[in-house]
Amino acid sequence: MRNFPLPWAPSTRAGGVVGWPWLLLMGLLLSVVHFPAALAQETDDQAVALLEALDVDSYVAKSEAVEAIVRSDDERARDWLQALLDGRLQRSDGGRFVVVLDNRGRDWPVADALTGETLGEMSRRELDRIGINNALRNQLRSALAVVDLYSPDLERRRASAERLLGEVDDDLAGPLAEVIEEASDDRVRERLSLALAIHRLEQGELEAVAELEGSLHPRVRVALNRAATGDDPQVAIAARDALGSIEQQLKLNRAAETLYFGLSMGSVLVLAAIGLAITFGVMGVINMAHGELIMLGAYTTWAVQQLLPGQPGLALILSIPAGFLVSALAGVAIERGVIQFLKGRPLETLLATFGVSLILQQLVRTVISPQNRTVVTPEWMSGSLAVNDALSLTLNRMVVLGFALLVFVGLMLVMRRTRLGLEVRAVTQNRAMARSMGIRATRVDILTFALGSGVAGLAGVALSQLTNVGPNLGQNYIIDSFMVVVFGGVGNLWGTLVAGLSLGVINQILEPWAGAMLAKIIVLVFIILFIQKRPRGLFPQKGRAAEG
Amino acid sequence: MQARSWLLRPFSERSTQLFFGVLLAALVLVTVLHLAVPADHPLHVTAYTVNLFGKYLSYALLAVAVDLVWGYLGILSLGHGAFFALGGYAMGMYLMRQIGDRGTYGDPVLPDFMVFLNWESLPWYWQGFDMAWFAFVMVLLAPGALALVFGWLAFRSRVTGVYLSIITQAMTFALMLAFFRNEMGFGGNNGLTDFRDILGFSLRSDATRLGLFIATGVALALGYLLCRAIVVSKLGRVCVATRDAEARTRFLGYRVERFQLFVFVVSAMLAGVAGALYVPQVGIINPSEFEPIFSIEIVLWVALGGRATLYGAVIGAILVNYAKTVFTGVMPDAWLFALGGMFVLVTVFLPQGVAGLLAYRIRRQRRSSDETATPQEASA
Amino acid sequence: MITSHRKTHPSLWFAASLLSLGVASPALAQEDDPIKVGVLHSLSGTMAISETVLKDTVEMLIEQQNAEGGLLGRQLEAVVVDPASDWPLFAERARELLAQEEVDVIFGNWTSVSRKSVLPVVEELNGLLFYPVQYEGEESSENVFYTGAAPNQQSIPAINYLHDQVGVERWVLAGTDYVFPRTTNRILSAYLQDEFGVAEADIMVNYTPFGHSDWQNIVSDIRRFGSEGKKTAVVSTINGDANVPFYTELANQGVDAADIPVVAFSVGEQELTGIDTGPLVGHLAAWNYFMSVDTDANYDFIDAWIEYTDDEMAVTNDPMEAHYIGFNMWTEAVRKAGTTDVDAVKDAIIGVTVPNLSGGSAAMMPNHHITKPVLIGEIQDNGQFDIVWQTPSTVAGDAWSDYLPGSRDLIADWRAPMRCGNFNVANGSCGGSTAAEEAEAALAE
Repeated sequence: MRNFPLPWAPSTRAGGVVGWPWLLLMGLLLSVVHFPAALAQETDDQAVALLEALDVDSYVAKSEAVEAIVRSDDERARDWLQALLDGRLQRSDGGRFVVVLDNRGRDWPVADALTGETLGEMSRRELDRIGINNALRNQLRSALAVVDLYSPDLERRRASAERLLGEVDDDLAGPLAEVIEEASDDRVRERLSLALAIHRLEQGELEAVAELEGSLHPRVRVALNRAATGDDPQVAIAARDALGSIEQQLKLNRAAETLYFGLSMGSVLVLAAIGLAITFGVMGVINMAHGELIMLGAYTTWAVQQLLPGQPGLALILSIPAGFLVSALAGVAIERGVIQFLKGRPLETLLATFGVSLILQQLVRTVISPQNRTVVTPEWMSGSLAVNDALSLTLNRMVVLGFALLVFVGLMLVMRRTRLGLEVRAVTQNRAMARSMGIRATRVDILTFALGSGVAGLAGVALSQLTNVGPNLGQNYIIDSFMVVVFGGVGNLWGTLVAGLSLGVINQILEPWAGAMLAKIIVLVFIILFIQKRPRGLFPQKGRAAEG
Repeated sequence: MQARSWLLRPFSERSTQLFFGVLLAALVLVTVLHLAVPADHPLHVTAYTVNLFGKYLSYALLAVAVDLVWGYLGILSLGHGAFFALGGYAMGMYLMRQIGDRGTYGDPVLPDFMVFLNWESLPWYWQGFDMAWFAFVMVLLAPGALALVFGWLAFRSRVTGVYLSIITQAMTFALMLAFFRNEMGFGGNNGLTDFRDILGFSLRSDATRLGLFIATGVALALGYLLCRAIVVSKLGRVCVATRDAEARTRFLGYRVERFQLFVFVVSAMLAGVAGALYVPQVGIINPSEFEPIFSIEIVLWVALGGRATLYGAVIGAILVNYAKTVFTGVMPDAWLFALGGMFVLVTVFLPQGVAGLLAYRIRRQRRSSDETATPQEASA
Repeated sequence: MITSHRKTHPSLWFAASLLSLGVASPALAQEDDPIKVGVLHSLSGTMAISETVLKDTVEMLIEQQNAEGGLLGRQLEAVVVDPASDWPLFAERARELLAQEEVDVIFGNWTSVSRKSVLPVVEELNGLLFYPVQYEGEESSENVFYTGAAPNQQSIPAINYLHDQVGVERWVLAGTDYVFPRTTNRILSAYLQDEFGVAEADIMVNYTPFGHSDWQNIVSDIRRFGSEGKKTAVVSTINGDANVPFYTELANQGVDAADIPVVAFSVGEQELTGIDTGPLVGHLAAWNYFMSVDTDANYDFIDAWIEYTDDEMAVTNDPMEAHYIGFNMWTEAVRKAGTTDVDAVKDAIIGVTVPNLSGGSAAMMPNHHITKPVLIGEIQDNGQFDIVWQTPSTVAGDAWSDYLPGSRDLIADWRAPMRCGNFNVANGSCGGSTAAEEAEAALAE
C-alpha cells in the first residue's frame, strides 16, 4: 500500500506518513453499511506491539506509532487514540497499558486498555503517562476527524468538516468531492465545498474566487491574501476584489463584536451594581460590604457544585436561589447587627460596613481557603455561538447578559407591582408618614436590604462563571458598582441599567486604542467629572427625596 | 472667652498644651533612650524602634490632616491617601535623583528603572527634582494642586456627603491605576526605592533615622498647631457651621465653597508633608499607597481616636498602627478581623472615639458640664 | 475645659503603650541557642495566596533538618513574620528580623517590589536572603541568593522551543504591567528580532493592569492576529488572578492550544488549582520544576508535603523547589564554613552543589544565581503539567541579560578578588555600565 503525506498536519510532514486514503475508503464503506463492527480485532500481541511503539521519548517516533495504529484495523483504535489525546493512556510499572478513568489526587482508578476491564486504583507513582505534545495532538485530531467524517453522529461529521477548512491538498481533493456528493447534511456539504474551493484557489483556479467571495472565514482570507500576491495577475485581481468586500463586512462585524463586548461587560457592571441601587439608591444605606455579598454568592455556587459533583449545570441553576438566599441572610445579619444602629448617619454606615467587608473577606480566607476555588462551567455555557464565520458570541457572557436583564426586569416588577415595592417606596419617601399609615418600617427595611443583598448574591453566581472565585472577588467590583449607581442617578433602577451598559460599551470602545489600563482610567475620570457637573447622575431623582 | 493674641490662641485649650507636652517628652525620651542608654540595657530604644516611631508619627500627621476636613468640615475624604502618596512621590523623586551614579547601571542622571525600560532622557516632570528646595516645594504643591482642582470642581457644584466620599475614592483609585502604568515614568508597580541619602546624610545610618524621627515629630507639632490655628479662628467656626448645617451657613451669606476649598487644600498639603516624611523612613514609595483601602483605614484611625479633637487623630493613628505591628507579628490571620471589628465597634459603640470616651470619664469624675470638645452628628 | 493634668490624660496612655515597644530588647546569641531562620512571606493580604505555601515549605524543611539532628549540633528555629502583602512593611519586617531577632538567614519574598523594598535593608544590615521566585534579572546583590529562574533560565529556552519545535513565526507578548513582564518582553523582542529575524509586525505586545478581568477585546485581538496564516503563539507573563478570566475567555472564544498555544511564565500548579483546566489542555508553561517530574526525590518531597499539610490534594510548585534547593545550599554552606556567620557562609556557598528534585543537581554560581534545567510542560485536565521538552543540561542563571543594551556588558562575580555585582567588562570597572565614561565626559566639559 502506498503511503500518502498527511496533508492537514504540517508538522508531521517531514517524518510522518499515514494511509488516509485507506481510511477514506474504509470510511466510505462504513457510511454505506453503517456497521463499525466490521473492523477486525488484532490479536493481543499485535495490539501490545502497537501500543508499545507509543511508549518512546521521541515525538517523531510517537507520531509514526500513531499512524501505525490508524492503519491497523483494530476496532479499539479509536478509543486508544482518544485516550492518548486525553492524556489518559498510561503504562503501569508492570508494563500493562491502562486507561486512567479519573486523574485527580494521588491514586487513580484505571481500566485495562486492551480488555477494557476496570483494575481498581493505582498510585500515580506506578503509572507512566504516554505524553503527547501539540503537534501530536493536531495529528490525532485530524486522524479522528477523518474517521468522524463518516461517523453516524451528525455533530462529529460537522466538526470534522469544520476541521478540514484550509487543510485540503491534492490527495484529499478527489475523495472529498465524492464525500460532498454523498453528504446528506447541508452544513457538512457547505463546509467541505468551501474547503475544496480554498484548495482549488491554491491551485490557481479563477472560478474558486467567486465561490469564496461571500465567506468571512479566516482561512478563506488567508487563502485570498496569498492569491492576491500570487503570480497569476487575473487571479490576483479577482482575489483583491473579493478581499475588499470581505474587509468591508469584517469592519461591520468588528463593530458588532465591540458592541457585544461592551454590553457583556456592562451587564456584569449592572449585575454588580443593581443590588446596590436598591440598598444605596432606594434605602440610602452605603453598604461597603456589597462586594463581599457578591463574593458569598460566588462561593455558594462553588459549594453547591461540591455537593453535586459531576452535575455543574444543575448545580449552577440551583445556586441561583441558594446564592440569593445566602447573601440575603448575610444582608439581614448586617442590617440587624450593624446598620440599624446607624440610621441617618450614612458616613458612619460606610465605615462600619467597610469593617464588615474586611471581616467577611478574612472569614472566607480562614474558613475556606485563601486560594481561588474552581467553579466548573457547564457544557451549555462553554464555547461560543457562531453568528457567521467572523463573529461568534461567547455563550457564558450571553447567558450572563440575559440573566442580568432578567434580574433587572424581576426587580422592576418587585418594586412596581408588589406590595413590598409599594411599601418600600412609601418608606423611602416619607418614613414617618408611611409608619402612620400602618406600614411596619423596620420590616420594610429588613426586606429591602435582604432583597438588595440577595441580588448581590445573584451577581456572584453569574460572576463565578466569568472570573476568579476568591476572597478578593468583591473588592474588585465595589468601586465600579458605586460608580455605576452614582453615574446612573441614585434611586433609579433604569439609571443603573443605562449607566452600566453604557460604561461597558464606552470602556470596550476605548480599549483597542487606549489599552485596558488607560481605558479604565479615562472612564473613571469621566465619571468623576460628570458627577461634578451633574451631582445627581444621569437620571436625577426629583422632589424632596433627592435632598437626602 | 477673652480675645488673645493670634499666636497664643491655638494653645488656648488645655488638651493642646498637654499634647505638646507629651509629644516633646516622647521625642526627648526616645532620643535619650536611644543615644544615651547602652545597647544591651533593657531600656535601650533600638534604631528599628526609632524608625517605627518615626513612621507612626508621619501617619499621625496624616490623620491630623484627615481630621481637619472630616472632623471640622464634615467632608469624609476617602482619597487622602492620594495626597499622602503624591507628597511621598515628590520626596521619592528627589531621593532617586540623589542616588546619582550609584545605581546598579551607574547612570548619573536616569534612575535605574528608566535605564531598565530603555528611556533615553529624563522626562520633563522629573526636571528640578535634583534640587532639594524644588522637591520640598513640590511636596506641598503637587497634592495642593490636585486638591485645588478637585475641590474647586466638587464644592462649586455642591457635591457633598457620601457622593463626595465616593468620588474621592474613585479619584485615588484612578491615580493608583495611573501610577501602576510604567509609561507614566514613576517606576510602575516597583515604585521608587533603593534610596541612598537625603540632604547629604546617608539614609542607611542610625543617626539619620533619629534625625528623621525628630523631624517628623516637629512636623507633626507644626501641623497640629496650624490645624489648631485654623480651628480656633473665625474660619474654623464657619467650617464647623458648614459641617453642621451647610445650607443654613450658605443662607447666612458665607461663600461656603471657598472655606471648604481652602481647608481642603491645606489638609491635602499636610497629607503631602506626611507622605514626604514617611518615604525616607520606610525606604519605598509605590502605587499601593493610593489604594482606596488605605485611605479608608486613615479615616478609621481618626474615628477610633476621636473625631474633631486633633489629638484624638494622633492617638488613633498610633494605636491602630501599633496594633497592626503587633497583630501581623503575632497572629497574622487575626489582623483583618481586628481591623474590621474596630471599624464596626467604633462606629456603633464609640462614635466619639477614644478621646470622647476619656473626655466623658474625666468629665464625669470632675462633674463639670461645660466641656464640649465633641462634634455633633453631621449628617449628609 | 480640662483644668487639671493630675488625672490620667489620654496622651499619657499612648505614650506608655509606645514605650513598651522599645523595651523589648534582643537577647544575645549563645552557643547552644537554636539557629534562627527568618521567614518573610506574606500570610495575609493579596499575596497570601502564593506565599503561604512557601512559609510552610521552609517550616517543613526546618522540621526535617531538626529531625536529622539540626545543624552544627544546634537546632533550627523558624522566626515567621507577616509582611501582609504591604511593600513598606516588607522592609520593616526584614529590619525586625535582622536587627531585633538577629536571624542568621532569611527565606522570603515573592514579588519584585517586595524584594526591591527589602534589598537596602538586607545590604545595610549584612543579612542573607534566599529569593525563590523566577524574576526579571538585572540585579545581583552581595546579600541575596536568587534560587528562582533568571530570564535566560525560563523565557529564552521556552521561545527556542516554540520556534524550533512548534514552528511559531508570529508572537503575542501579553503581560501584566509591572517590571517582570516589561523586562521579559523587552528581552524577548530583542531576542526574536536578533536571533530569528522576526519582523516587528509579527510581534504584538500588550499590557494589562493587575487583576484584569475583562479579556474579551484582547483575546479577540489575539485571535485575529493569529489568523493571518502564520503559526502564532502567545507568551504570557500575566500575573496571578488575571489568569483565570484570561484562560476562560480563551477557551470560550475557541482559541485552542493546538492552534494558538499560550506559554505562561507565571502559571504553575498552585495557580491552576483555581481553574477548570479541561478547556486549557495543551497550553504551556515554562518552569524549572513541575510537580509531575518523575523522580523518586520528587515523589518523596510530594509525600512529605502532603503529610505536612495533611491535605491529599496539596500541590507542589516551582518556587517550593527553589526553597528546597536554597535551604539545602544554605545548610551545606553552613556546614562547610562551620559557622552561621554571614560573611563566612557567603564565601562558602559559591560552588556548593545540591540535588534538585528533577533528577539533577543545582550549583551556586559566583553571581549568586543557580544552575537549573528548563522544562516545558503542557497543561493537563487534572491541573498538572506534562513535560514535553527539557533542556539537555542545566542552564546557569544570568544576572544581566545579554539582550538589553544597558546590561550587555555587565557581569556579577562575588568571589574574592572581584566582589562586584555589576562589573563592566567593557571598561573594566565595577559600578554600572556608563558611570565611568560619563563622569569623565562631564569632567572634560
